[in-house]
Amino acid sequence: MSAEGHDHGHDHEHEHEHHHKDTFITKYIFSIDHKMISKQYLITGIIMGVIGVGMSMLFRMQLAWPEESFKIFNFLLGDKFAPNGVMTNDIYLALVTIHGTIMVFFVLTAALSGTFSNLLIPLQIGARDMASGFLNMVSYWLFFTSSVVMVCSLFVESGPASAGWTIYPPLSALPQAITGSGTGMTLWLVSMAIFIASSLLGSLNYVVTVINLRTKGMSMTRLPLTIWAFFVTALIGIISFPVLLSAALLLIMDRGFGTSFFLSDIYIAGEVLHYQGGSPVLFEHLFWFLGHPEVYIVLLPALGITSEVIATNSRKPIFGYRAMIMSILAIAFLSTIVWGHHMFISGMNPFLGSVFTFTTLLIAIPSAVKAFNYITTLWKGNLQLNPAMLFSIGLVSTFITGGLTGIILGDSTLDINVHDTYFVVAHFHLVMGISALYGMFAGIYHWFPKMFGRMLNKNLGYVHFWVTAVCAYGVFFPMHFIGLAGLPRRYYTNTNFPLFDDLQNVNVLITTFALIGGVFQLVFLYNFFSSIFYGKRTVQNPWKSNTLEWTAPIKHIHGNWEGEIPHVHRWPYDYSKPGYEEDFVPQNVPMKEGEEQLHH
Amino acid sequence: MTSLLVIIVLVLLTIALWQLTKIFDLTQVGSDTNYTQVADDKDNNTQGYLMFGFLAFIYIFTIYGLIKWGGLVLHTPASAHGGELDNLMNITWVVIFFVQTITQALLYYFSFKYRGKKEQKALYFSDNNRLELIWSVIPAIVLAGLILYGLYAWTNIMFIDEDENTVDIEIYAQQFNWTARYSGEDNILGKANVRYIEGVNTLGVDLTDQYSQDDKVVKELHLPLGKKIHFKMRSQDVLHSAFFPHFRAQMNCVPGMVTEFAFEPIYTTAQYRELPFMQEKVANINAIRAKKSIELVAKGEPALDPYTFDYLLLCNKICGASHYNMQMKIIVDTPEDYKKWLKDKPTLVEEVKIANAPAPKATDNAVKNTDSTMAKDSKILTEVIAKK
Repeated sequence: MSAEGHDHGHDHEHEHEHHHKDTFITKYIFSIDHKMISKQYLITGIIMGVIGVGMSMLFRMQLAWPEESFKIFNFLLGDKFAPNGVMTNDIYLALVTIHGTIMVFFVLTAALSGTFSNLLIPLQIGARDMASGFLNMVSYWLFFTSSVVMVCSLFVESGPASAGWTIYPPLSALPQAITGSGTGMTLWLVSMAIFIASSLLGSLNYVVTVINLRTKGMSMTRLPLTIWAFFVTALIGIISFPVLLSAALLLIMDRGFGTSFFLSDIYIAGEVLHYQGGSPVLFEHLFWFLGHPEVYIVLLPALGITSEVIATNSRKPIFGYRAMIMSILAIAFLSTIVWGHHMFISGMNPFLGSVFTFTTLLIAIPSAVKAFNYITTLWKGNLQLNPAMLFSIGLVSTFITGGLTGIILGDSTLDINVHDTYFVVAHFHLVMGISALYGMFAGIYHWFPKMFGRMLNKNLGYVHFWVTAVCAYGVFFPMHFIGLAGLPRRYYTNTNFPLFDDLQNVNVLITTFALIGGVFQLVFLYNFFSSIFYGKRTVQNPWKSNTLEWTAPIKHIHGNWEGEIPHVHRWPYDYSKPGYEEDFVPQNVPMKEGEEQLHH
Repeated sequence: MTSLLVIIVLVLLTIALWQLTKIFDLTQVGSDTNYTQVADDKDNNTQGYLMFGFLAFIYIFTIYGLIKWGGLVLHTPASAHGGELDNLMNITWVVIFFVQTITQALLYYFSFKYRGKKEQKALYFSDNNRLELIWSVIPAIVLAGLILYGLYAWTNIMFIDEDENTVDIEIYAQQFNWTARYSGEDNILGKANVRYIEGVNTLGVDLTDQYSQDDKVVKELHLPLGKKIHFKMRSQDVLHSAFFPHFRAQMNCVPGMVTEFAFEPIYTTAQYRELPFMQEKVANINAIRAKKSIELVAKGEPALDPYTFDYLLLCNKICGASHYNMQMKIIVDTPEDYKKWLKDKPTLVEEVKIANAPAPKATDNAVKNTDSTMAKDSKILTEVIAKK
């Protein structure tokens, strides 16, 4: 009873706030409400996504029709970087670099985790808000600031950072080595430092909230898999992002203060530099200590969303709930000890390569378990093929296709000849890029009613999915072949190698698919923004889902629930349970007398 | 320009689609507005069939790809260890195709077969330890096999036996070209550091070191057939990666350290050119180039040279603006030809002597030369600008 009393007290406080303090600024700008912050993350992420995807379309055009003149290049890149509409090699590398940075960090890390962790953690565990609403707000505004800095870096005179998104020194440390390593690189590092601070504040908040603020009855083994995924993602982020921060700080010192952490024995632009004793390989270790877990920071939330969407729309319990949790934990653990597979041929001791091959291939086992469990969840289901469900099935598909080629890249022997070729580009785009993007789309289609009180148009959703699905395979499947032909990535043009002349047709095909796929994202953008205002109004629980967020009122209020927070009596996957008329039993429905908890 | 047109067409297409859905939505007015955007049986049916169609698309696209582009991938390895690597690769491909074919089929077939119907109820099936065990253990066993084979091959390739009789060659990387240094009669490379770089000694070889006396520096890499070559890589500025795709070899070049890779060439350049797959490939490339040449000539530009195959060393780690054009020709000779070729090359010590000799004209070293020409160029340039 005391808990209930506390809840009521809380509510009065919130009503109080609601009546007196909500100005435009506190509601829409410096909001501490997790639902508003999640919308802020999503919309910022969509804007960054448009920039990131747009860039890829530009450099894909360059690769298909090298050194050809396009008015749009000149229009977008200016006279300096696209004189007469021909893209320069400097800006090509910058586009590739910023595309990677924006998509990996700003869209698939911040926007994906930021949107759905913020929206779903309090709502699905039954909490009034995040543990610290203020930190949450700071986290968003730091993310916003870092986005602004990153976008600003596109406009500096010497051009944006262009040493690849992995910013390996010495290239990223020496402005003599590449023009992008001047002011552009400085801003890149500043932006990332702010970004990491934002990510850490967010992650800490998620972890604390999940541990402390679960409603009565919500034990860890009754958490939806979304929450498990967000929780573990936040943990990986807390472990690995600080290492990138230290790498960035050391790089800043090498760049600005003449230290030699990563540099040694360098002769460039006609002079010997003073650096002595540092090692670029050290930077690679530090970078990939974040860089590989980062893959799972991107992927796990998408898999969490998929678990929830597939179970709900299959009208079936997720198969192997405990195995799913175990595999998330196993993937998280292994993800921190496999970074060396990015460095098989970096010059590190080959014995270390053997160790990393072993740990890397181990990660295929929990991944396989997840894939098989998704497929089994579909078996004998009653599949409601909503757009969110299509994207989730699409995710499983690209996750398998992309994941399988990981067996090649994770094997040090095979990596020798495909390392840094287009084969790698094909692999990671399918397994983490497209998969995570599908997860994000699935999440948006599924929780749009929760976020905005309206529904997205399903027919536009179907068009969006099918064109995207065909184009995603159309772009990345042929890319495996040109990679196996030995074509290195990050080449501005292949015209200097007659050896690769026979790959040009394939590049044209890839670009065609990329352009169609990219343009069709406009369908989604239109659907998204118009539905916020003109979409069909949603009902309380449109997908007939079990989780707690659908018990909260459609209209957003501070504190999420009027009155008491619902108590939880069962796991979230009682779909089509024998003994019930309806094919779903929400978590807050008490167990019937004699009802069995059928999952183990 | 054409692509801009394509984009415009696509945008128009999008608008058309949007209008269509609008009309479709209007026809729905009056029905239960609350659930209109949730999939109904009709949607489930359509989407279920599309799922099945997509499975067909993946299969057909895969088969099409294998037929159309399968021939583009690197063929016969030109090094002794390459066979083992390719063998492991082929085994892995079999595993991958097997798993891919079955899992995608199940995924999309289930999506089609169990598409939702009003009267249908899903099976409450939440757990099965035996199934879980099966699909944990089987991948574990298969992966264990791949790991063991992989590690065996890796150890064979990467651990270079110091006692073995190898030819030691240094690969030296700088923005944006490659240089090779041969270790000479003693088969030991002299010491080097960027701090010794001066004039023609662009590699920073320590000329006082006794081992560097017979070292030879060249711009074209010649390798003797059937000898194991022990490469030692250095870089003077940023990270580069020495990528020998035909030899299945790659190693990063890292400023401040020496990295290593060793392989044994098993086809001379002449022999490799004669291989049927290579003849076919070159013919294909030349057909493409001839076609392009016709277009170029029509535009008043010079035609492309016909292509003959050569082994290449490429840079495969982003190293700056001209990364895309950092290459060196590799020629694999018979041991006799190789010896003859190398014998004719002067040693670095001789080159330095010539460069420093007080004879007129040739006195200036390379760096100064380029400096003075650059100065001249800029002078001319300023004059031209001034006249305008």
